[in-house]
Amino acid sequence: MTPSAVSPLVPVLELQDVAVPSMTDPSVTVAEHIDWSVGAGEFWVVAGPQRSGKSDLLMLLAGLMAPASGSHHLFGGVMPGFGEERLAERLRLGFVFEDGQLFGRMTVAENVALPLRYHREPAREALEHRVRAMLELTELTAFANSTPANLARNWRKRAGLARALILQPEVLLLDDPLAGLEARHGAWWLQFLAAASRGADWLDGRPLTIVASASDLRPWRARSPRIACLIERQLRVFRDWQELDQSGETRVRELLNAELPVIDPRDGI
Amino acid sequence: MSETQFLLRMPQPRSLSSQLGRRWFLSLLAIQGLGAFALITLGVLIRKLRVARSVVWPLMRREIVRSGVRLLPMFLFVAGVLGLLIIGQTVSWLTRVGAINYLGSIMVVVVVRELGPLLAALLMLARVGTAHVVELGTTRALGEVEALEALGIDPVHYLVVPRVVGMAVGLFSLTVYLILVALLSGYLWAFLQDVPLLPGDYFDQLAGALTYVDFILLALKTAAFGFIIAIITCYHGLAQPLRLEEVSRATVRAVAQATVACALLDAVFIIVYLTIG
Repeated sequence: MTPSAVSPLVPVLELQDVAVPSMTDPSVTVAEHIDWSVGAGEFWVVAGPQRSGKSDLLMLLAGLMAPASGSHHLFGGVMPGFGEERLAERLRLGFVFEDGQLFGRMTVAENVALPLRYHREPAREALEHRVRAMLELTELTAFANSTPANLARNWRKRAGLARALILQPEVLLLDDPLAGLEARHGAWWLQFLAAASRGADWLDGRPLTIVASASDLRPWRARSPRIACLIERQLRVFRDWQELDQSGETRVRELLNAELPVIDPRDGI
Repeated sequence: MSETQFLLRMPQPRSLSSQLGRRWFLSLLAIQGLGAFALITLGVLIRKLRVARSVVWPLMRREIVRSGVRLLPMFLFVAGVLGLLIIGQTVSWLTRVGAINYLGSIMVVVVVRELGPLLAALLMLARVGTAHVVELGTTRALGEVEALEALGIDPVHYLVVPRVVGMAVGLFSLTVYLILVALLSGYLWAFLQDVPLLPGDYFDQLAGALTYVDFILLALKTAAFGFIIAIITCYHGLAQPLRLEEVSRATVRAVAQATVACALLDAVFIIVYLTIG
């Protein structure tokens, strides 16, 4: 149950000269020559315009898809490992889908309980206790018995978060967590992720390694995560916000919404 | 700006995440679909029999209820009709030509070996098989299979194995009921027509015509029918539909293939029956 502590020398996630294939069409690569490593406890935001391949990159990081070329390591083990042999590593990583991707035939509580029931088979009381605690943490208690179809997007995403966290992962990947949220919910997520990244009580004080994607960097500024931008098939890692602000590139400035882009209608969108 | 330019502004079909399950489905397709899928399912069924029992076993029970217990009333009704139509007619015709002594053999060949199992299989395909394709197709198109994979849950173990077990067990049990009720209702029909055949004689003939091979092969055959229908319907539900629009096409294809597969399997069993007996 308690995974071995990650050595600070071994990055949690490591990509070496990776080409990311598209999920919709594996013969197409959306980004190339990515060298990147995520250390334990780091908080990263990967920004990029829609359809730039952020989701593909995250799925690849989660080990759900193989790189077209290059190598990908998770906790020092070669990924992807679809078989059972990498299951232990894969369970140390949680994935939050953009729209929650809940199981439509189950209630929120059943959705959250499923990974725990499947992988750990706890006794009924222990299971109920853990699920109740997780629902309280994500403020979902009132919706415990609702089905996803009856939930607003704000809460569906949060249920997706609760389901990803129930196994107490060490790494959390989030696909555009702030997309389509009301301002109040957006603020909740930012605060929650910042707290988790520092090490929250419900993670036994262990800092959670976080990689989130974003199509708008403005809300993240106050949380000062590390920034990488997926622009024009390349992953550009920025040292700090200052370097980002000083960048003269139009695409980068669009992500910061420093200026509204001028759209030439002849280009289409 | 061309006139079709507005099409490009339409929302993209779905989030990328819904395409995710391709990785193993594509590899499945590469090693030629159904057969591989059947082998993988069998492998998972055996290898993971003890994995996550508290989750998967209740699912199996639910599927047995769904493909077995709940279908009982319909199967009993069809069995009654089958008895009236076939057995009743046969008995009255055999009486007219004075060949009533062959009744037992004919019943065993027609009802126990051939018509009972095949009819039960087709009913099962219509009632539960189609539901499997639609359920799994929508599950797949809505990206829930990817969610399972992201949670480290094997979709074959969680979605397919319970359905396969449920259908194999359910179809076997229902076929037994179907045959019993058909034989009874058929005799009832003949009895009402004043056919000079005593109940004792009728059951003696049946018992005389049945051999132990019939029981073994009936179990094998119905379980195999259930397995094949479940595999084909689950495969078409999971393998193809990346979009909701494709679910209906997948259903049509699955029903057609499952019907053909049952007929072919039936042919194989005819050969087995001829060889053995």
